[in-house]
Amino acid sequence: MAFDLFLQHLSNGISLGSLYALIAIGYTMVYGILRLINFAHGDIFMMATYFAFFGIVTFHIPWYITFPLVLVLTAALGIGVEATAYRPLREAPKISILISAIGASFFLENLTIVLFGGVPKPFPAPKLFTDVVQVGSVSIQKLTFYIPVVTVISLLGLVYLINKTKTGMAMRAVSMDQETARVMGININHTIAFTFGLGSFLAAVGGIMWGMKFPQIQPLMGVIPGLKCFIAAVIGGIGNIGGAVIGGFILGIGEIMLVAFLPNLTGYRDAFAFILLILILLYKPTGILGEKTAEKV
Amino acid sequence: MATKKTRDRVLTILSLLFLLVFIGFAENHLDLYIVRILNVCAIYAILGMSMNLINGFTGLFSLGHAGFMAVGAYTTALLTIPPAVKEQIFYLVPLVEPLDRLNLPFPIALFVGGLLAALVGGLIAAPTLRLKGDYLAIATLGFAEIIRVVFTNTQNITNGALGLKGIPALTNLWWSFGTAAFTLVILLSLINSSYGRALKASREDEIAAESMGTHLAKHKTFAFVLGAFFAGIGGGLLGNLLGTIDPKMFSFTFTFNILLIIVLGGMGSLTGSIISAFIVTIANEYLRILDESINLGFIVIQGKVGMRAVVFSALLMFVVLFYRHGLMGSNEFSWDRFFASKLYRRTLGRFTPGQRKGGYA
Amino acid sequence: MSMLKLEDVSMWFGGVAALKNFNLEVSQGEIVGLIGPNGAGKTTVFNIITGVYKPSRGKVYFLDREITGLRPDLITKAGIARTFQNIRLFKGLSVMENVLIAHHLHLKANYLEAILKLPGYRREERRMREESLALLERVGLADLRNERASALSYGMQRRLEIARALATNPKLLLLDEPAAGMNPKEAEDLTEFIKELRTEFDLSILLIEHHMDVVLNISKRIYVLDYGVMIASGRPEEVQNNQRVIEAYLGVNEDAED
Repeated sequence: MAFDLFLQHLSNGISLGSLYALIAIGYTMVYGILRLINFAHGDIFMMATYFAFFGIVTFHIPWYITFPLVLVLTAALGIGVEATAYRPLREAPKISILISAIGASFFLENLTIVLFGGVPKPFPAPKLFTDVVQVGSVSIQKLTFYIPVVTVISLLGLVYLINKTKTGMAMRAVSMDQETARVMGININHTIAFTFGLGSFLAAVGGIMWGMKFPQIQPLMGVIPGLKCFIAAVIGGIGNIGGAVIGGFILGIGEIMLVAFLPNLTGYRDAFAFILLILILLYKPTGILGEKTAEKV
Repeated sequence: MATKKTRDRVLTILSLLFLLVFIGFAENHLDLYIVRILNVCAIYAILGMSMNLINGFTGLFSLGHAGFMAVGAYTTALLTIPPAVKEQIFYLVPLVEPLDRLNLPFPIALFVGGLLAALVGGLIAAPTLRLKGDYLAIATLGFAEIIRVVFTNTQNITNGALGLKGIPALTNLWWSFGTAAFTLVILLSLINSSYGRALKASREDEIAAESMGTHLAKHKTFAFVLGAFFAGIGGGLLGNLLGTIDPKMFSFTFTFNILLIIVLGGMGSLTGSIISAFIVTIANEYLRILDESINLGFIVIQGKVGMRAVVFSALLMFVVLFYRHGLMGSNEFSWDRFFASKLYRRTLGRFTPGQRKGGYA
Repeated sequence: MSMLKLEDVSMWFGGVAALKNFNLEVSQGEIVGLIGPNGAGKTTVFNIITGVYKPSRGKVYFLDREITGLRPDLITKAGIARTFQNIRLFKGLSVMENVLIAHHLHLKANYLEAILKLPGYRREERRMREESLALLERVGLADLRNERASALSYGMQRRLEIARALATNPKLLLLDEPAAGMNPKEAEDLTEFIKELRTEFDLSILLIEHHMDVVLNISKRIYVLDYGVMIASGRPEEVQNNQRVIEAYLGVNEDAED
């Protein structure tokens, strides 16, 4: 019985961790290339769920068409955010870019409130995913199994793209050394835009599954997951994709287990990530897989 | 030169006298709604200046301001709410001793609030100030969130999510403007001292500053703690102005508003923060129409909830993208600058032709 | 007397050795040159001496006291000041403020005294200003004291950096490529200037330099680094004729080094 329960918590933790991992990758890729937190990433993730809502509920487009559409739209949104909030500030002090990113984040949140209202909407999860299966004495949503599978497929795709394609090579080059990459004839702006698009694409994958798992969407739903996933990226070693995945799982499983085994601390669930962040920054600021680099003097 | 100094001194004294008379008048004769807005302006000025000390002068991109405000606001409120009222508020879980009976005069309560916020600032500074840039931003933001989560869960002290109600309305214009003036004087004096230069040096280039003998950790911590102190006092004033506070109020959005103020006023300009605190607060009130429907008699303009926030976030981006130095850059207000400004020359300056060119004589 | 002594110092970044078993000594009043091709580890030596990096191995002594891994500001306080290869002024601050900041480490007044502008603090502030102005006059920048540091020409910025370093009242001055980007005439003037400073301020000087005329003319002794390893050391004429140095360094086209 207790073991069954543990398994249920574990599978929940794994699927939450998968979602965190997908969103964390977006942070880590943008950080790797620009050395900046994309403060608006959580809001891009939120917008993806709204796109899906409108596709299915408002326009009655079947889910298997809506979902791919959402991925494309969200990627486009990410590229748009980069073009307006980041690109004009390429040469500006870092603090200005951060402020601009925070502005973009608030802008997206409030625009959503204005356009779609602040009241939570039910996410139209297709029945195929929300069916419940019995495993021993516990019942688990099918989704809980699909989420890790989709995550793994996305990750394999990503790894292929980064390691085997020309664009992926350009991304790696830009993140190593922008100046040299430029001299080598790589279009920096295109590469950065592509990175934002790719990160947003993965955030959309995460967003759709998030919507099905927690079927209520609202304009501020991206804030806390956004912060947590950034933290996941830092825990794993920012700039490192494998690290983002590890960080996502640590955070997701840790959170679920905390609530499951220390129910008194449920109220502190959202503080868990931040405490973890501060601990890791204190004891291993480069994260689990991060490498030490010396500042150039 | 001497005459100019005299002129500046006279103008400053006159303006101060005018301000005193105005506050006396406003406190007694102006509409309560307007008095309240003026109070908020002054409090935001305090919050802006204190955040500017940390972010603008010392170059620490901290996003934890709401947390310090919360500490100050709760402390001051708990120390000033009469015991009888406390009993009513804490009907779910009673307030711990001796807080349930403690009742202190407003200034002392404010000061204690500031001290506690400073203490929290000091505790946070130790682990976070080693971090740089966005790591620091996230870590401080995280601490502010932790403070909020703790306040939501410690029901026997903070009354949890229900918040505190019936906080006595002790904040008036004398307190808010007086504290703002005090903050300005102290911080101006600090940044114009050798210590202020050390802060600015660490903002400009940490490695060079260290190599010139600046003890970075000491100066950063000091700026952080002092900023937290004034943020706590600002929070205390705000709580005793509004009458109710709850943990939700001190979310990241609050920090965002203060960030907007210091960016608009100019990172590294205290007087800029004051000016922009007034602009932002008053605009915030006037733009309320954006959130509500207004009936002009012949036509009803539909407002949209959240429109104001859209405008403000767009404004923040606009300022950063096109107008990075804000209203004042890193300059402080001076009469010379005032007489040379477009604002003056296009308005009052038209009537005093002799002054038109005399700005920098 | 030994001013500065590096004993068997090594430094690794990740798996890469930037400096291997390096020994160096500077005596009272000496001007010592440190040369080597780009990436040879010269600036790393400076960063280790000034505490920016903590060496992976080895020890650093200043006036016979160990300072290995000490905080940079404490090392500066002890009497070592430096300039930077790629000029690190406080760009947004005025020329005067740049020098004043370097005076701060001598300030005795605490925060409260400074905020309240008590007489003791005022006296110190006045003295700092006088001394800063005198230094600026010495390097010929007094008239520009209210300009932003970023508004100065390249050569002036280099001089301001030296003035700023001198304001910390050092016994040992580390100059990182002070003549970089200068034409031969300017470099010659600088050589004279550095010699004068040594006598005036009673300094010992360790300098990294690519301009060979400057180094050979000014240094009493020279150390040559290549790939983190010392390949030669001695009087200028000895080093100049050393076969390994000629291969590693002097043979390289001058233009490629800047």
